[in-house]
Amino acid sequence: MNVVVCVKLVPDPNTPGQLDASSHLLRRDLARTVLDPGDEFGVEAGLRLVEAHGGEVRAVSMGPERALDAVRKALAMGAARGALVSDEGLGGSDALTTAKVLAAAIRREPFDLVITATESTDGYAGLVPPALAELLGVPAVTFATGVTSDGTSLTATRQTESGSETVVAALPCVLSVTAGVNEPRYPSLRGIMGAKSKPLDRLTLADLGLEGLGGASAGQTVVSVARAEERAAGEILSDEGEGARRIVELLVRARVI
Amino acid sequence: MALGPVWVFAELSQGRAATGALELLTRARSLGAEAVEAVCFGPEARDAAADLGRHGATTVYVSTDPAFTELLAGGPGADSLAPLVAAHQPELVLFAGTHAGRDVAGRLAVKLDVPVIANGLEIEADGAITVTTSIFGASQVVRTEFGARRPALALFRPKSFAAAPAPGETASRVVEVPALVEERHRRARVVGRSSEVAAGPRLEDAAVVVSGGRGLQDPRNFELLREVAGLLHGAVGASRAAVDAGWVPYALQVGQTGKTVKPTVYIACGISGAMQHTVGMKGAQNIVAINRDPHAPIFKLADLGIVGDALTVLPQLVEELRSRAG
Repeated sequence: MNVVVCVKLVPDPNTPGQLDASSHLLRRDLARTVLDPGDEFGVEAGLRLVEAHGGEVRAVSMGPERALDAVRKALAMGAARGALVSDEGLGGSDALTTAKVLAAAIRREPFDLVITATESTDGYAGLVPPALAELLGVPAVTFATGVTSDGTSLTATRQTESGSETVVAALPCVLSVTAGVNEPRYPSLRGIMGAKSKPLDRLTLADLGLEGLGGASAGQTVVSVARAEERAAGEILSDEGEGARRIVELLVRARVI
Repeated sequence: MALGPVWVFAELSQGRAATGALELLTRARSLGAEAVEAVCFGPEARDAAADLGRHGATTVYVSTDPAFTELLAGGPGADSLAPLVAAHQPELVLFAGTHAGRDVAGRLAVKLDVPVIANGLEIEADGAITVTTSIFGASQVVRTEFGARRPALALFRPKSFAAAPAPGETASRVVEVPALVEERHRRARVVGRSSEVAAGPRLEDAAVVVSGGRGLQDPRNFELLREVAGLLHGAVGASRAAVDAGWVPYALQVGQTGKTVKPTVYIACGISGAMQHTVGMKGAQNIVAINRDPHAPIFKLADLGIVGDALTVLPQLVEELRSRAG
């Protein structure tokens, strides 16, 4: 089974990001960046499937030069090969552009399954998985909390607004997985060393036949960025046994009891 | 410049028009569009049309084809919407930011090759169409303007607008449309469904929400939260961390990928306050946080922050509430 896992380099979610005041783009220079923690679950899901059914995991990413770190982490976890699409024209790309680029990179080789996170930790639009599926002409099983496969189809449990559902999909398809679908492995030292010698394709828009796509062609423009109104500071107290009473006082003031 | 027709992609929830659709219709009414119309796909679409009409849809395009529930929502939804959009040319199509809303909008954007903006909180349409979103845990507010391509597609977070029926007499025209489902979408089928229905008020509607996170240490400790919620006629919520750990079902998740709640009082127990969580609850009128870590980010939002162990404070709270109830 040939599995493609889409990975993204994102600002470390534990340190809040900042937008540049004039360009309205993310100040990537300020933020510590990591492989999107959500993508680790996708890599793990892919590795488990190829361990069971043979084949290999290919990690595909779009982003600046630094996004190589994200691809390398996936390789260190066990992906066999990687590809990164970088192009100056891609800065500020929207979900549709991102999906077009990833789809073109994925299509360069045969695939049985494309795995993504449900959404990125920095943009959280969650539109790339269904857009990718549409571009690739395959089903999109999104928000999977569990997945098994017999090699030709997969059975997934999905979150729904009111509970869950079970979906059976023929391969090839796109699968987006939630955090919690598995326990991602840590890259071993051997994995980290080995990652350096694994094949890693560097691609541009021209390599994908997508010249002219990207930032300037995106159908949307950020027109302003402002600090959100902050909540007024509240009272913080150390619990010495009166915490519960203080909560009751607040509940009374709020007229809920 | 007059705004062309605005459409709302209306989902069904338990056989009725989903609240999100009514919220979007309410907002659409005041955009100054030449028409506000809805599209509703699913077995109960005809029944839902009346409610959509009451909230301002003058025309409701419906299809009750079973494909919309037997298959995943995205493919059939986008396949059936695309030719309708081409025929009627709405200027703007609004979606709720649900799982199905994302799946349909993401595919429709590809089919029509038009831009799509997710996580909207507000929309302006005065010549340009501009959507407001918040990023970085709602610490910054971004306004994004659509380019010239139409229709513009936008998804909104739940509760961005309050749903209200349109004033005066409202009548909607119901137009049956065909379900167009490309054969490839039949390659994925929904073979089972289960729903988790908790006792008490719905999480989205409750005046009091008592939420727990990994700081509760053990899934059994959610029982304490249920007890407090019961005494306050409230609902229990959870952080993504607690849901991902398998402690409680996803239906309880509050946050970016879960529910958005705006209760009168939100009590966060053992929740650190990651951005993923706070975007779903920072609209609460009063926020109480109980956490052992004095540096937990949740305290920045709290009206009342208690640095302490929720497992100590909550039993005392149960006692206090019981003695008041007498």
